[in-house]
Amino acid sequence: MLPQTLPKGKFREFVAFLMRDSRVMAPVDRGSGHFAFAELTSREDIAHVRMDYDITILPPKKYLLPMYETLLEFDGPDPHSAKMDVMTVRSTVLLGVHPYDLHAIATADAFYAKDPADPYYLSKRAAVRLIGVNVQAPANDLQFQADMGTLEPPEGGFDLFLTDLGDRYFVEIGSDTGIKLLSAAGLTAPAGPEDHKAKQAYDKVKAANFHKKLPYDTRYLPELLEASYDSLLWEAISRRCFSCGTCTNVCPTCFCFDVQDKLNIDAAGGVRRRQWDSCQLQGFAIVAGGENFRANLANRTRHRMFRKGKYILERTGRLGCVGCGRCIRHCVASISILEAFQQIAGEAAEILHDEGRK
Amino acid sequence: MEQSARPSAESWSVPYLPRVARVAEARKFTDKETFLRLEFEDGLGIEYKAGQFMEAGVLGRGESPISICSGPGKRPDLEMCVRAVGDVTSAIGRLSTGDAVGLRGPFGNGFDMDTVAGMDLLLAAGGLGLAPCRSFIQAALDRRDKFRRVIILYGARTPDDLLFRDDLEAWSKRQDCDCMVTVDRGSEGWKGHTGVITTLFRRIGKVDPAQTAAFIIGPPVMFKFAVLEALAMGLRKNHIYCSLERRMKCGLGKCGHCQIRDVYVCQEGPIFSYADVLRLREGI
Repeated sequence: MLPQTLPKGKFREFVAFLMRDSRVMAPVDRGSGHFAFAELTSREDIAHVRMDYDITILPPKKYLLPMYETLLEFDGPDPHSAKMDVMTVRSTVLLGVHPYDLHAIATADAFYAKDPADPYYLSKRAAVRLIGVNVQAPANDLQFQADMGTLEPPEGGFDLFLTDLGDRYFVEIGSDTGIKLLSAAGLTAPAGPEDHKAKQAYDKVKAANFHKKLPYDTRYLPELLEASYDSLLWEAISRRCFSCGTCTNVCPTCFCFDVQDKLNIDAAGGVRRRQWDSCQLQGFAIVAGGENFRANLANRTRHRMFRKGKYILERTGRLGCVGCGRCIRHCVASISILEAFQQIAGEAAEILHDEGRK
Repeated sequence: MEQSARPSAESWSVPYLPRVARVAEARKFTDKETFLRLEFEDGLGIEYKAGQFMEAGVLGRGESPISICSGPGKRPDLEMCVRAVGDVTSAIGRLSTGDAVGLRGPFGNGFDMDTVAGMDLLLAAGGLGLAPCRSFIQAALDRRDKFRRVIILYGARTPDDLLFRDDLEAWSKRQDCDCMVTVDRGSEGWKGHTGVITTLFRRIGKVDPAQTAAFIIGPPVMFKFAVLEALAMGLRKNHIYCSLERRMKCGLGKCGHCQIRDVYVCQEGPIFSYADVLRLREGI
C-alpha cells in the first residue's frame, strides 16, 4: 500500500483508536532528559506521548522479553502440578519505536524463532503491532546507526512507520496488519506529491545529520573482531569494567536469561520463571563444582563485544549491535563499544602485519 | 482434560513443561552421588544418543542439566547419576523409589557410534565423568562386534569415590574389553592402581593410532592432560572426543549460559572433537 498522511491534529485520536482494543506502549518523558516506553492507561496519557524523544533508557525488549517472565506455575513439588503459565497475551501496540530498535526486534525475532522456537516470545510477538517513528538526528554522539545500517527500518519489520513532516506524519505501511489498522482508523489520506517531496527533504536532512564513525565498512566487522581475538585490547578495556551488567540490561539485543523457581509464601506452590541475566556478571559461566569458564573479566568483555559484532550475526544472519549507543551512555565506567570497534581496525592491521613478517 | 495439556514424547512443543518420570530404582553410590533409573509415566519412553543430557528438576528447587548414563537407543527408561552439590541436585539425590521427577530432553547433539564403527575405542572417564561415559561404554559393549578393541579407563580420587562399582567389576571380568581403574590416593586395603588417570594411558600398550577413537570425559583439568596422552599415543585430533561441561539453563539454545563463542553447547554439543575444541578456543 502506498504511503498515507496523518494530520498531527488527528494524532491523539489515532492513539485513542489504538487504545480501544490494545494496550499501547509509547515513549514518555521521565524527567532529567530521559525517556521511557510506558503504557498509556488513560486518554489523558496521550498528551504525554513524546514522539520526538531522542532515545529511551530501556529498549522495547522489556515488553517482548520481560525482566521476569513466568514459564510454569505449580502447586507443590509434584511435577504433575506443573502448568505452563497460561499466556494471557494482550494485543499490544508498541508506538514510536525508532528504526534501530525495530532492527533489534527483528534480530530477537530471528533468534527466538530459531528451532527450537520459544513459545513465550513468539506468542507475545504475534500480539504486538509495531508502529515505528523516524528519527532525523542522532540522540547523542555515542550512536552509530549509519555504520550498523539501522537508519531505516528493516524490511517487513514494522506495521506502520511514521515520519514527522511538521504538521503531519508521513505513514509508511509495512504489513497487512498495518493496512487494516489504517483503514479501521480512517484518519489518514493518501500521500500526495507534496508529501512525498517533503519526505525526500526530510531524508536529505537526515542523511546529512548521520555520519559513519567506523574506519571500515561494517561487513568487515566480524573478521576484524576475529583478527583481534588475542589482542590485549580486551584486557585494556576490561580494566575499567565493574562487571555490573548495565550494558546488557539496556542493550536491545541482549536477551540471555536465568531460570529460577520462586516459592509462594506457603513454600509449596510457586512459579518457575526466567529473568534477565548478564554474561558480564562474574558467575554467569560457572558450573557445578565451581569451575568458571569466563572468570576473567577480559574474556567477558570480549564475549559481549563479539556477541554484538559477530556471534549473533553468525547465528541469525542479523547484526547484534544496532548502534543505539545505550550501553555506552549508561556505562558507569564509560566503556564504549564504538571505541572498541574503532580500535580493532588498527589492532587487526598490526596482527596481519606480523603474520606477513613470519 | 489435564492430561492433554501435558507434552508427550511426540509433541515436544511446550519446551519448558517437564514430562513426569518415576524413580524405578535409586541407589546411593557414595555420600554425594546417587544413581537413579527413571521410567516415563506416559509410557512413551525416550530415544537418545550417547552423550545427550536431560534437564532434571524438582518444582520449587529448579532444574539442572544431568547426563544420561544408560546405553543409548529407544527405551522405556533412562538412568542418571546425580552428584549433590547444590539445591537442585541435592533434592534430586534425595528422591527414592516411586517418587516423581520432572524431565525435559534429551538435549544436545549426542554421538552417533556408527561414526567410529570398525575402530578401536578408548573410553577414559574421570570422576563423575564416568556417568556420561557409561552411555558410550554400554553402546560399545551392546554392539561389541561393531568395534575392535574396547579399552575403558577410569580414575577417581579415592577408592570411596568409585562410581558404578558393579559395572566396573563386570567390565573387568569381560574377555572382550580391557578395563583399568585407578585412584589418585589409595587407602588401606586398596589393591588397584594408584595415580592420576594419565598413568593408565601408558599401560595400554601399542594401539593403531589412526584407527583409534578416544572419548575423554571428566573435569576440565583431566581433559587437558588426557588429550596430551592421546596425542602422544599418535591419535588424530578429530578422533579424540570430549564432553564439555556447562550449566545449561534452558537446553534450547536461548539462555546463553552454555555459549562458547558462536556455539551453544546445549545444541551443538556437548560432544566435540578435540579439533572442534581447538577451533572454539574457549572450550576448556
